[in-house]
Amino acid sequence: MTKQENHLDQLTEIREMMARSSKFISLSGFSGIWVGSVALAGMAVIFYYFPDYFYMRYMHNSIAYPDYMLCGSELLAFLRFVVVDASLVLFFAVAGAIIFTYNKSRKQGKSLWDDTAKRFMVSLMVPLAAGGLFVLISFYHGLYVIAGPLTLIFYGLALFNAGRYSLIEIRYLGLLEIALGLLAAIFVGYTAIFWGIGFGILHIVYGVVMYLKYDR
Amino acid sequence: MDNIISNISKTFESRVRLGIMSILMVNESIDFKNLKEHLQVTDGNLASHLKALEKENLIEVKKQFIGRKPNTRYIATDIGKQAFGEHLKALERLIGRGI
Repeated sequence: MTKQENHLDQLTEIREMMARSSKFISLSGFSGIWVGSVALAGMAVIFYYFPDYFYMRYMHNSIAYPDYMLCGSELLAFLRFVVVDASLVLFFAVAGAIIFTYNKSRKQGKSLWDDTAKRFMVSLMVPLAAGGLFVLISFYHGLYVIAGPLTLIFYGLALFNAGRYSLIEIRYLGLLEIALGLLAAIFVGYTAIFWGIGFGILHIVYGVVMYLKYDR
Repeated sequence: MDNIISNISKTFESRVRLGIMSILMVNESIDFKNLKEHLQVTDGNLASHLKALEKENLIEVKKQFIGRKPNTRYIATDIGKQAFGEHLKALERLIGRGI
């Protein structure tokens, strides 16, 4: 090895060490695919039990025509169903993501809960928790229509923020989620579709891209 | 040429020391366990390199307790950051010359 190559080697190693020690890189592509699939399954369950909601009423893009919206006890039952369904989806999605990520970090010889993971989680959870509480408050005020778009927007902000401590693709994913949330806020009647794209399809696409780019 | 070479500090010659400094450039502080994991070296080896860097005032050591467990964190001093920055620049210049 010449001296030249030696110096170049050193620089490469330094750069690698800087990235590895400051960024949370163990998020596996599989976790994206898993999270997206669970989300789509959750949507399918809602669609199965409340098909009307998707087609007849909710899809009609308007909150100005109350007769197209669910109301009273029917609305309450539906909202309850959605909240339970979404909580289950969240639980299985997070559990799966943790397992896949644990496997990957073990392969990389890193422990799952190191400084980079902590930083990533804190910067993710702050906007996410604020968003979650805000959605609950919007429920409290009876603003159900805006709750769906809000979840997408806050999730996007959380990803964009946490992406600083991880791979750049997380930030792009965050921007897309924010854009979808804003669109859903305009076309509130189609929130279900935007949810399906944002939480389902985007995660799967992200997962496949990450798998092909980093995991293979 | 001599001038540049003198900037390639002897202190940073080892791979482990380079690793420690690069990690501390981008992280505010790091503890022994995490450092060991990143660098994949033995306890004794890492400790001796840390001692050497501390002796040159390039890093600072902070001992604290988390619960009952002792936890030692390492921080790059301003001198350390500057010295490592110059080392990097010198490396880059050397490579630039050859190409």
